[in-house]
Amino acid sequence: MVEFTSVQKRFGGGPLVLDGINFSASRGDFVGLIGPSGCGKSTWLRLIAGLSPVSAGSLKIDGEAPGGPKRELAFVFQEPTLLPWLSVRRNVEVPLTLRRSPPEQRRTICQRALERVKLTEKATSFPRQLSGGQKMRVSLARALSLSPEILLLDEPFGALDEITRDHLNEELLALRQEQIWTAFFVTHSVAEAVFLSNRIVVLASNPGRIHAEIAVPFTYPRTAETRRSEEFFQLVREVSRLLRAAELPAPTVTL
Amino acid sequence: MKSRWLPVFLPVGFGLVMLGLWAAACAVFSLPTYLFPSPVAVLQAAVSERTVLFEAARNTALVAALGFPLAVITSVAAAVLLSLSPWIRASLFPYLMALQMTPIIVVTPILLLWFGSGLVSTVLITFLVSFFPLVVNTTQGLISTDTNLVELFRMSKATRWQEIALLRMPAALPYFFTGLRISAILAPIGAVVGDFFAGSSAGGVGGLGFRTVIYSAQLKTPALFATAAVCCLLGFALVSVVYFLGWLCLHTWHDSYAHNDG
Repeated sequence: MVEFTSVQKRFGGGPLVLDGINFSASRGDFVGLIGPSGCGKSTWLRLIAGLSPVSAGSLKIDGEAPGGPKRELAFVFQEPTLLPWLSVRRNVEVPLTLRRSPPEQRRTICQRALERVKLTEKATSFPRQLSGGQKMRVSLARALSLSPEILLLDEPFGALDEITRDHLNEELLALRQEQIWTAFFVTHSVAEAVFLSNRIVVLASNPGRIHAEIAVPFTYPRTAETRRSEEFFQLVREVSRLLRAAELPAPTVTL
Repeated sequence: MKSRWLPVFLPVGFGLVMLGLWAAACAVFSLPTYLFPSPVAVLQAAVSERTVLFEAARNTALVAALGFPLAVITSVAAAVLLSLSPWIRASLFPYLMALQMTPIIVVTPILLLWFGSGLVSTVLITFLVSFFPLVVNTTQGLISTDTNLVELFRMSKATRWQEIALLRMPAALPYFFTGLRISAILAPIGAVVGDFFAGSSAGGVGGLGFRTVIYSAQLKTPALFATAAVCCLLGFALVSVVYFLGWLCLHTWHDSYAHNDG
């Protein structure tokens, strides 16, 4: 359970990046975060990751402050963020290596993670030899190797072409059927948010705040078929409308 | 296929042409050998002095082989220290620069006072000459790590040491090798210059710097030219080793070797 209570965030003496965030996600929720640039989407993830503290209010993960030692948490960046000098296998093993897991256990977990993302035959390749989509798969495999309870994804497929992106979306949901994690997924694509999430948060900017929250009714597992249904299109239109409204300047208060 | 051998043929061909011009100039203007020896005279000097030059080269190579690794080890340790905080960098960097700015001929008499002439002084001069590019480049590499990778490590609860050893150091390798290539050129020069000012011939012929002193005093100009050539050979040998090491460490993953694919 991830619980935001009246969370405010500012960096140094700067303006508020997030303001009045009240939100709670339950185990297994897939939360899509969408909003205009500068609405604090990435900051939202960094707060949960414990990379940066909240400025006011409280953020609790299962009743504890973020960044605690017990929580298994994985972050997927917009870039694959691989270590170029390590083979694919070694890259997937990084979080386990840092934890000093025994080599046999590392091997088994890494093998399974690579099978999940269908990259077993690339285990000994170097990142340089992979396509953009493959690199992102390695990044996903690395994130999932820890069996995280919370998965934070910051526009992970934003730099990929649409077909690869669609494939990876389907793969991500297939992975969700095997492991239960709570996901926060930042994206600029409404269709991607609708396809993946069971809850979508539309953020408005200056300061970043929740503009609307939409429940996505489609049941998992979702497939390429889901994307073609009339209900899907309707919801995409609805979320797009909310997003456009969120992008309008905040009403000015006249005294 | 043609382009593959071009990097060999071009410099060799250029060298031969220059040697020919040099020999022709000596013949046409009939310059005195002590002033401007012909390539043949240089070759003759190299042959007649071969045992002396070989031993001198070995002595200088020993100095370089001690001073250069000393510079590498010290500079990596210093770079790790400097990478730890901008405060440390701000405090120490001016002094590192001062160390490089002090001309070696000013440092040498001090070293001679402390350590006398011989191996210790020449190794220290080699060290001083090759230290700076290494420490600057390695430090730059250690602090240029992709911030996302650093955050990935922090989120994975990596220790400070894991972050340095498993992330910052490998990421700094390309920078380190840039510094190493510059230093590999400087180190043999340092060894020769050190030998020139602080070398000793105790129990032998001395190093290449010492030979330079002797040959110039004797006005053996062809032998001086031959000594210069041996210095270059020594430099090329060390640079080749460094390039090979760089290839060994980087060719599998770094973009600077990407053209070796396919």
